[in-house]
Amino acid sequence: MKDNTSMTGAGILWECLEREGVQHVFGYPGGAILPAYDALKHSKIHHVLVRHEQGATHMADGYARASGQVGVAVATSGPGATNMVTGIATAMLDSSPIVCITGQVGSKLIGSDAFQETDITGVTLPITKHNYLVTHASEVARTIREAFYVARSGRPGPVLVDITKDAQQTTCAFDWEAAKPQLPGYRPDLSPEPKEYEHALELIHNSKRPVILAGHGIIISGAMNEVREFAERAGIPVALTLLGLGAFPASHPLNLGMMGMHGEAWVNHTIQEADLLLAFGMRFDDRVTGNLKTYASNAKKIHIEIDPAEINKNVKVDVPLVGDLREVLHELLPNVESIDRSEWLDSIDKLKGDAAVRDIQNLPDSGHLYAAHVINDLWRETRDAETVVVTDVGQHQMWEAQYYKHEKARSLITSGGLGTMGFALPAAIGVKVARPEAEVWVVVGDGGFQMTLCELATVVQEKLKVNIAIINNGFLGMVRQWQEFFYERNYAATPLLNPDFAKLGEAYGIRSMTVTERSQVVPSVRAARQHDGPVLINFRVEQEDTVYPMVAAGASLHEMIRRPSKIVETAADE
Amino acid sequence: MLNTYVVYVENKPGVLTRVASLFRRRAFNIDSLTVGRTEKPEVSRMTITVEADHDQARRIEANLYKLVNVLLVENITNEPAIVRDLAMIKVAATHEARSHVLELASVFRARVVDVAPESLTIEITGAEDKIDGLLEVLRPYGVLEMVRTGIVAMRRGKAAAGAPALNSDQDVAEEDVSHSV
Repeated sequence: MKDNTSMTGAGILWECLEREGVQHVFGYPGGAILPAYDALKHSKIHHVLVRHEQGATHMADGYARASGQVGVAVATSGPGATNMVTGIATAMLDSSPIVCITGQVGSKLIGSDAFQETDITGVTLPITKHNYLVTHASEVARTIREAFYVARSGRPGPVLVDITKDAQQTTCAFDWEAAKPQLPGYRPDLSPEPKEYEHALELIHNSKRPVILAGHGIIISGAMNEVREFAERAGIPVALTLLGLGAFPASHPLNLGMMGMHGEAWVNHTIQEADLLLAFGMRFDDRVTGNLKTYASNAKKIHIEIDPAEINKNVKVDVPLVGDLREVLHELLPNVESIDRSEWLDSIDKLKGDAAVRDIQNLPDSGHLYAAHVINDLWRETRDAETVVVTDVGQHQMWEAQYYKHEKARSLITSGGLGTMGFALPAAIGVKVARPEAEVWVVVGDGGFQMTLCELATVVQEKLKVNIAIINNGFLGMVRQWQEFFYERNYAATPLLNPDFAKLGEAYGIRSMTVTERSQVVPSVRAARQHDGPVLINFRVEQEDTVYPMVAAGASLHEMIRRPSKIVETAADE
Repeated sequence: MLNTYVVYVENKPGVLTRVASLFRRRAFNIDSLTVGRTEKPEVSRMTITVEADHDQARRIEANLYKLVNVLLVENITNEPAIVRDLAMIKVAATHEARSHVLELASVFRARVVDVAPESLTIEITGAEDKIDGLLEVLRPYGVLEMVRTGIVAMRRGKAAAGAPALNSDQDVAEEDVSHSV
């Protein structure tokens, strides 16, 4: 419609975003991006005003993870752009497709240390999938099209587009068709060789003790049904990474649960005893492998992965199948034989042993409020709704992963690879904007919450129904736990003196409450769900509670610190 | 072992930085990197040598392909190839030493490109070990200054594809790009 008309670079920017399907952007204005903001009035795109540019990137990230669509964040040059760095790195490590648009000083001023000038393409070079500096209006359309294509194709990731002020202001002819991406070196569409499929099938059919390691790639590829069909047909149990939670239903009999540093002991022992690992869209992160020298040393490994650079990076594999997981499984499935593996599955059941007895959930109410109680009660109350839980990073994140049973993909949004504290609240805003019909719960620690709590104002300004559960233990809990285990309880710089979070919430106009006893958990969750607007619940939980089990950093996966029985007794006695 | 890659990249600003940054952040040690024009103005060609074992060498190739501006990567370590380095060596050469230095240069088929009262500057092109050899015999006379370009390399015999075409409608021939690992 607008093709071949004359437009400013700023106008072209919004037009191209619309044509890429963008309905919402998260941003913060400033000098170098002002021409773009001025042109926003002609666009149908809804702009969410954030309170800090880091928040904008996490929102775009949350939007992308909740919807599978590209999320967009906008900021000005200099500090606006550098504030995005943490969010970009977060998206990079978790393969989340976002496009960040930053203003840049006028092209004639570049290199002069002009006011609010930063070489943001240089700064973000190692933490973006690709980035661009645009100095002419005529480059805007193609660059935006390429940015979206690169962000969402192959292994997704963040792309930054830095647009000089004059490129936004000057006018040129706009022609969408002529601005097709030109990426001759970019090949996101790889697929394995036939002989590699044959080799993989041979290993699968000869295996007695196979395990599927289910990662984030399943969700990104949309291969949930294929994985389920594969597991059921081949009778293979499924262990999940943190970012894989939801990719395979928690209630499925073949689901083992989360693997790795805070995975249940039986999951890690199963992996260590396996004779075949089938890695589906996961990258053998150090948090899931433990010591590589002793990792699943008797197992053959098949790695289905879209990024060839991940093959043999951490773990040497026997058969790499490089390609889109869903397509690869489509190729494999017709040839997968149904094999009775009840002996293997029974032996895994035995591994579970008394772990369930040690489970804190089965303890009587001692009057103490444990984070696990909060999470598990939250799960029981919200499991039947279309609930998305967005967590921050730390102990509460691991408890969420252990005690909230995720049935569906995209029902848990969390920062895995980078472990970004402050992620949860802004990411949840992005989730709610992407999926307004979903019930969104933020589960966040008292430390991480205070890193980005300014976005409470964004929640209110955008009238978003987001529920916030602060797991408040008055400590930087996970760091405190490491100090307890590995630094002789020297709690250096981990105790937190916090404000009254309920009063803080009220100051923003958010209905807020404080919960100190287990009996209040369910009523508070119900009250939050019934309230129309956003709700904040400050759960004052046990201060020195610990996430069990745990594989110490660098230890072998089977060398776990188990739940001590004394905790069980203490809690029961009181 | 020392791996030699020929890397074709889009001739765009910042591409050298992207490649160099990749090697730095993945902790791959570049031994030498040269970059220059090709027969196609829109394509630049890099010769990169890097110390890596077999698996690392694969990963380097895969990581190079992750850079959007990288068009084609060839690991020519085990291919018959012409490998050349160029050096300019300024040697202290007073009257009595001069004829010895000239003789050595001619044995190595090096050329004298500058003569001054106290020194000679010798230009030599060749494989790295040949240049190392000349340097070794010149050292006793006093090497005042030396510069080397780092190696450039080209496969022998029938041409590889050469610089790939950039027009996206006419993609790089499929067989030239193998990510298979």
